[in-house]
Amino acid sequence: MALRKKKDHGSEEPRRPRGRRAPIIELNDVTKVYPGGHMALDRVNLAIGRGEFVFLVGPTGCGKSTLIKMLIRELAASEGSVKIAGRDIGKLSEKKIPQLRRNIGTVFQDFKLLPDRTVYDNVAYALQVIGASRAEIREQVPQTLRLVGLSTKIHSYPDELSGGEQQRVSVARAFVNHPPLLLADEPSGNLDPVTSIGIMQLLYRINKAGTTVVVVTHDREMVDNMRRRVIELYEGRVVRDEVSGGYTEESTTEFGLRMQAGMGVGPDGDTRTNGHSDHDHLS
Amino acid sequence: MGRIVFFFQEALRALKRNGAPSLAAIVTTVVTVVLLGMLIPIFQTAQGKSEEVRDQLNVQYALYDDATKAEIASLKKELEGIPHVAEVTFVSKTAALNTLKSELKDKTIVEELHTNPLPNSFEVKADDAANLAAVQEAVYPNGPQGKSISPIISNPFDRQQSSDKIEQVTSALKVVLTVITALLILASLMLVGNTIRLSIYTRRREVEVMRLVGATRWFIRWPFMIEGVVVGLVGGLLAILILWLGKITIVDPLSDSIGVLAAQNSTTLGFPALVAILFAASIFVSTIGSGLTLRRFLKV
Repeated sequence: MALRKKKDHGSEEPRRPRGRRAPIIELNDVTKVYPGGHMALDRVNLAIGRGEFVFLVGPTGCGKSTLIKMLIRELAASEGSVKIAGRDIGKLSEKKIPQLRRNIGTVFQDFKLLPDRTVYDNVAYALQVIGASRAEIREQVPQTLRLVGLSTKIHSYPDELSGGEQQRVSVARAFVNHPPLLLADEPSGNLDPVTSIGIMQLLYRINKAGTTVVVVTHDREMVDNMRRRVIELYEGRVVRDEVSGGYTEESTTEFGLRMQAGMGVGPDGDTRTNGHSDHDHLS
Repeated sequence: MGRIVFFFQEALRALKRNGAPSLAAIVTTVVTVVLLGMLIPIFQTAQGKSEEVRDQLNVQYALYDDATKAEIASLKKELEGIPHVAEVTFVSKTAALNTLKSELKDKTIVEELHTNPLPNSFEVKADDAANLAAVQEAVYPNGPQGKSISPIISNPFDRQQSSDKIEQVTSALKVVLTVITALLILASLMLVGNTIRLSIYTRRREVEVMRLVGATRWFIRWPFMIEGVVVGLVGGLLAILILWLGKITIVDPLSDSIGVLAAQNSTTLGFPALVAILFAASIFVSTIGSGLTLRRFLKV
């Protein structure tokens, strides 16, 4: 699939102006009706360009999760087309679906870590099952764990980690093969505000390295403080799609500080999530 | 290469985690294979015996002791005149007794008889085993209960009847044993399937993660397939070990004194061939068991 750019992560490639290439996500009149007759999505149109950082918000049951499932072809649209990098994934054969998913990292509220494997093995697992070589695994896994700030915990098991750390492992697993698109479904749903900011900063850092990031959340207040593009769904329709300009080029630190200010938590609340991030080579 | 190692690691990990059901599946496979391993030689021996009897080309007709030489000579002519009769041999009382003597191990039984209870007889050979019935009909035109063509014939030694009897017994035995074996195969199929199903259930998170990161369908399936095949492999090996021990400790010493067991060694398929069949069968059954379960319960 021509989805993946050449390995440019970490090389600070300037963001491409939107619209030159096909948007990485494009939905045209997408409708999803579940077998019971419930309409989860109703003629949704939206386009997300490469390198964007987008929030998808809305109350429970508004169709956010349905939308995410559609993007990874867990579900097929009832009507309309879902295009990833210009390609209609509704027309993908069963055989091509794994290839699509290799190009999309996914992070979920419940982490989905394997409890009987260490942090290292959990992240390596994602590479093993797509048939990566051992050399590749040995190179990518420590590097990704360093990126998410878990270098010291590689031999811990998930139940020995805090919620925030577990979510970092899951982000590492989603990002370890450097997909051009990362979907995070309520990544901070189970975490306290300070830890949430840490995860958001991490996702932002990944975004700054060139990966398109879509974060799903039901927390409208938080996204108002983010000043990022926000797409809001309500009862299966897009009711708001706005870009808050002026902050697109801020550093991870600025991003984090502003979020903390917006959410009313101090910068010293959680050293684990802040300590390493400021001077990371990616920011 | 790395993949294959990965598949086996995953399969063994799952087997360990589901110890009890895996063991149940293995034990059922062992029982099934052991039973099959005993049934196959038994069937073959029984089949061989009844065919051996049936394939003999001759019928013997016992004669009354008071028949005169002239009557015997004319009956011989008459028998030789029947179509499809190839040869008619007269077996005298003494000759019959000598044959009996030579066949028995314990000669004293014959010596204690003092008199010769065996009759004179004619051994009538047909040109083909298939024509034996026609020959018999010619001798007994009104059926076996009716009158024969000559008053000096007392009764036929009907080998056909004895082969029918052997066949009746073995076919009844066959039906019963086949049903039992079929049920056991079904049970081990289902138990292997159940083991895999449980494994899918306990590993649903792995499956979910594999799907999310884009593992292919067969990449996800292989460990489960291997798990099922390992059950068949271990079960088959254990069963063959049990059969082999049984053969060298029970069957081999007995076959010296029991003719039927000895016959099995020469006329039926050898132990290595039997082992190969059983081994293939156990792997086949476990593969089918896990394959069907994967089709039904692992939607990837």
